Formats: sequence, structure tokens, C-alpha cells
Amino acid sequence: MSQAKQTANKGSFSLSKIVRNQIFIPIAALLLLALFNLIIDPTFFKVTLGYNSAGDPVLSGYLMTILDYGSELAILALGMTLVTAASGGQDISVGAAIAIAGSVILRVLCGTNSRPEEMQAPVIVAFLIACVVSMLFGAFNGALVAFFKIQPMVATLILFTAGRSIAAWINNNELPIISDPSFAVYGGFIPGVPIPTPFFIAMICVLVTALALKFTNLGLYTQAVGINESSSKLNGLNPAFIKFLSFVLLGLCVAVAGLIKVSRLSSINYSVIAKDIEMDAILAVALGGNSLSGGKFNMTASILGAYVIQFLTTTLYKFNVQSDALPAYKAVVVIILVVMSTPKAREILQSIGQKLKRTERTVA
Amino acid sequence: MNGKRKFSLKSMSDTNLLLTITIVVFFLMYIGAMVFQGKGFLKAQTFFNILNANAALIITSCGMSLVMITGGIDISVGGVAALVSMCCAVFLDYKGGDVKGALLIALGIGLAFGIVQGYLVAYLDIQPFIVSLAGMFFARGMTTIVNTAPFNVANEEFVALKEHRITVPGFGSVNKLGVFVPAYVEIGVIVAILVVILLFIILRYTKMGRNFYAVGGNAQSALMLGINVRRTRFISHLICSLLAGIGGFVYFLHVGSGSASHAMGMEMNAIASSIIGGTMLTGGVGNIIGTLFGVLSLSTIQNIVSSAGLDQAWWTGITIAAMLCIFLVVQSIVMARKKKALK
Repeated sequence: MSQAKQTANKGSFSLSKIVRNQIFIPIAALLLLALFNLIIDPTFFKVTLGYNSAGDPVLSGYLMTILDYGSELAILALGMTLVTAASGGQDISVGAAIAIAGSVILRVLCGTNSRPEEMQAPVIVAFLIACVVSMLFGAFNGALVAFFKIQPMVATLILFTAGRSIAAWINNNELPIISDPSFAVYGGFIPGVPIPTPFFIAMICVLVTALALKFTNLGLYTQAVGINESSSKLNGLNPAFIKFLSFVLLGLCVAVAGLIKVSRLSSINYSVIAKDIEMDAILAVALGGNSLSGGKFNMTASILGAYVIQFLTTTLYKFNVQSDALPAYKAVVVIILVVMSTPKAREILQSIGQKLKRTERTVA
Repeated sequence: MNGKRKFSLKSMSDTNLLLTITIVVFFLMYIGAMVFQGKGFLKAQTFFNILNANAALIITSCGMSLVMITGGIDISVGGVAALVSMCCAVFLDYKGGDVKGALLIALGIGLAFGIVQGYLVAYLDIQPFIVSLAGMFFARGMTTIVNTAPFNVANEEFVALKEHRITVPGFGSVNKLGVFVPAYVEIGVIVAILVVILLFIILRYTKMGRNFYAVGGNAQSALMLGINVRRTRFISHLICSLLAGIGGFVYFLHVGSGSASHAMGMEMNAIASSIIGGTMLTGGVGNIIGTLFGVLSLSTIQNIVSSAGLDQAWWTGITIAAMLCIFLVVQSIVMARKKKALK
């Protein structure tokens, strides 16, 4: 939101209107989905307090699932929004990169034995190493995009192709399993707290990002580069470095998401872990109303978008849609969304909005 | 006029330069494999087997190159191919259809995807990546909805067609008993070669073909030259999806089964082949012959890797990625130097 304030500072009325418009898209989608579920089956919103096998209080229900799984998506959406804004393209390798990060974490925790009785290293060490590795891979993507001027989607195609193979290679294709229950906390529940941990992790990430956007020029510079690279260069920015930085930051987000992912299973499946998550992350950014060709962005809208995507996924699962068939329905939603965001459809929507406003005024 | 001639000359030389690099790399690699790995690669059949296994990839890569030359991208081809093979398999085995009908289904699916995606990209100005991403999602999901379990097709007419082999005159090898075994190709290879020749002629000698390059090189100036940019984009996506449909049928003819996991990653291989073949992602530069060699290079390196004993699954992914990376960087460097030289 600090971003919105910064841009609005320039003082034009139309800008703030666009921002309001942008937040409107994910909220409208959320309301639509909620309404749909309310009509079809109100039990969707039921949240029950139960106890898990360890005897700790745990909230369960579809809404908790959304909060749980939407959080890792929201973390990715943070990085993806920056990359999208700076480079005008998307990173399609995040799923593969999560596999690598998860594999690294397990490798460090397990040491030489793939089924250790207890963890060989503290989780924080494993996580930090995974952060470094993910940021290095992010730097690789970033270097290809920023310095070799390769289109982001194609540059990240390299890691997309190789990522899962590298992840398998890190652990010699073994399937390490961590039996220590304290590792499962990051993807499960903190003892005594009934809300899933990923939500807290996501909130920390969001807070850090919000502070970074408020107290540094990261957001402003990113948007400047995304809007017009050559003019930002003339203004003394280094566009290549900013693009590079956005990919490195996405690497950091990937490491966090990787930790949550492997913690859920306490293990890893190289070919399935975080499958298609890159599509969901891109969707979250698009649903947040951010232009996929770079420029202005709204972080809040992206985060909201991530939860809306998870809302949609959970709704589909509830109607017993097979996980393999899920993409077909999502695709229809994507197409409707992008068609609605085209200039032609926007004009129609805006005229409707203006009419509504007029009626509001007359009522007031 | 002057500006136009300069533009086309420049892009032609780019195309030729990248094409030359690709062809040289392919021959170096194949000769290297012959020298260092020996036996297998010396047989003519090994080469034809590469063709047999990759006929579908050649066809889809050609479509991909066309879209990339026009400045777009289509990542739905793998999904379309999987959908086509599943629909054909269900039609042949469960619905008692014939091969002709199956072929019509394949073409129909390709056309349908092409029209919808082409319209969204060309006339509604939506990014091709997003549109085809949704297309891929949709096709993969539909494949599971059509039929979940993978199964082999037992239709006699189809199996006869699948087992049909065409001998290649003049090539072959002598087996252990001293009998000359002629080399053979499958029907798909003939289709692939026809597609390559047809597209090569279209791109080089027809007005429409030149329009693809013009739109990809600079859509603004193409518009000023009076080219219908939207229609050109539409046609490029249409042809690409149609070729994906045909490619799907050829793939189906090669594997003879329907499965939701068919043609996984085919879109990535197609993009990789096009890039290795010298098609620039920014559009305006590319050559179908290069794409053919791109596919051959890609599959040759896969063969080398697996015959060198590194047959664990992950090596294939890593080598393809490494190769893609090298070619992308080489392209980017070559282009940067050329631009500097022109200035």
C-alpha cells in the first residue's frame, strides 16, 4: 500500500482511481467465489476446532486449508510481483526452484544418512543454506535476463527444464525422510496455536516486504524500470541491476516456500513437489490486476490474488474435481479474467462503474 | 523502399548466421559421437531412429518456430498433443471409430485451439504466453476428463498403420549373420519432412511467409507497410496449433496409446529446438531448416548422454538445459556484437 501512496503523491486523481480499481478485481473475485459457495453449500465456511494426534488444538475446515496453502502462494506472489514489474516477464522456474530449495534443506538436515533418527543440523542452518542456493539460482536467472537480455520466460525455461533433475541429483535420487516432529512445525501447527504456521510465515514475509517498500526506494525504482527502461537509465538508475535484484529476491521467497513445502511432508517427491505452482503464482499476480508486461504493481492486490487462487482451487477440490483435471477449470477462469482485463472489456466495465457511482451520489 | 530492403537484408543475414552455427554444431556433435562412442552411431538406423522418435517434435517445433518468428510463443502444444492422442485413442477403441475419423478429430482439436488462442492473442491483444498457458492448462485438464487411465489402442486398422515401415533406399547395415538390413522410417517421418518442406517454401517464397518475418521484426513498421498485423498473428497461431494437432496424431501413431502424461514437456523441447535452430525469441529471425537441425541436435545429445552411461533421468534434463543456456547466451552475444558493428 505504501507504493500506492508514493505514486499517489504525484497528485493526480486518475492514479488513485486506478489503484482503487486494481484492488477491486481480486476482492470482486473473492466475493463472487464466496457467494457461489454460500449458495451451493454453506458448510464450506464451517471451521471446527479439533485436536491433532499430538493433542494440540487445531482449527480445520476449508477456510483453514485456504489460509494454509494460500500462504505459500502469497509468499511466491511477493517475489513474482517484483519480477513481473521490473522485467515485464514472469519466472516460470519457481516450482523447480522450490524442489531444489527443499532438496537442499533435506540434504543438510539428513547429512549422509537419508533416514536419520534426529536432524543432523539445526533447521535454521539448513534454511539459510537453502536461501543462499535459491538466491544463487535466482541470480543465474537474473543474470540471463538482465545482462544477456534474454526474455524472462525463456531464460527461466532453462531452470524449469533442469530444476527437478538438479533437485533429484542433490539427494542422489533418494527420498530422505525426517522423523523429528519439530521439523513439521513450519508446514503444520505450532503446538498450542490452532492457526497453521504457514500463515504466520507469510505474514512475516509480507511485513518485511511492506517495510522494505516503505523505507527503501525498491518499489519506486522497480516500477520506473518496468515502465520505461531507457528513461530510468537516463535518470541515473541501473536497470540491469534492479532486474537482477528482483530475481534474487524471488529466490529468497522460493526458499521460504520450499521450507514450508518440505516441512508439510517431512520428505520430498521431486517430480510432484510444487508442481504447477509457477502457474498459480503468475495467476495471483494477474488476478491482482498487475500488468503482466511490467510497470506499476500493487503488492496487496497480488497477495489477495494468491489467496483467491487458493480459494478457487479449494472450491474445485470440494466438488470432487480430480487434481489432474483441475487445470482445465482454472484455464477457463484465467481466460475470463484476461478477457475482462482487455481494454475493450475494461471500457464496458468502467461505464457500468460510473453509472453505479452516479446512482450512489443521487442516493447520498 | 530503401528502408525496407535494408531491413530484410539485415534479418536475412541474422537468420543465416544462426542457422550456420546450428548446422555446424549438429555435425560436429554427430561426428564426435561417431568417433568417441563408435558402434551405435555408425549405424544408419540410429540416425533414422532419432527421426522416428522425434517426428512429432519436428512437426510441433516447426509450428513453434513460425509463432516465434511472428513474435509470439505457444506453450500449449504439448497439452494439445496429449489431448489429441487421448481423444483419438478413446475414439478408436471405445467408440469403434476408424483412423480417418481420428485424423479428423486431431485436425479439429488443433484448429479449435488455434482459432481461440489466435483470436485472443491477435484481436484482443492478450499476451501470447498467458493465453497459451491457459490453453496448456485446459488441454491437460481436458485429457484427464476425457479419460483418466492410460491404455493401449488395439484397433486393427490403426495398429497396421502404426507398424507400417518404409525402407530407405541406399541405407542400412549388415547384421551379425551378414545379412543386409535396410534402414526404415515410420510414416510420421514422411509427414514431418513434408511439413518442413511446405513451411520452408511458405516462409521463403510466399507473401504471407514474408509477412511473418515483417510482423515479428517490427510490428509497427509492418503496419505502416500495409501488412494486416492482426491477421498475420492470428494465422501464425492457427498454423501452430494445427501443427500441434498433426504432431499429436503423429505422436499417437508412434506410441500407440492414450495417456494424460503423454508429450509432457514437449512444449519446452519445441521451444528449445527452435532456439537452438536459430529462431530469435524477439521475433523476425528464424528458419525452419534450422529448427529441424535443432530437434536433431537436441535428440542427438540425449542419445549421447544416455549411451555414455549417464542414463539416470536427471542427466537428460540437465544437458538440455545446459545446451539451451549456451545457445541463448551465444545468440545474445552474437546479436549484441552485430548491433554494435552496425552502429
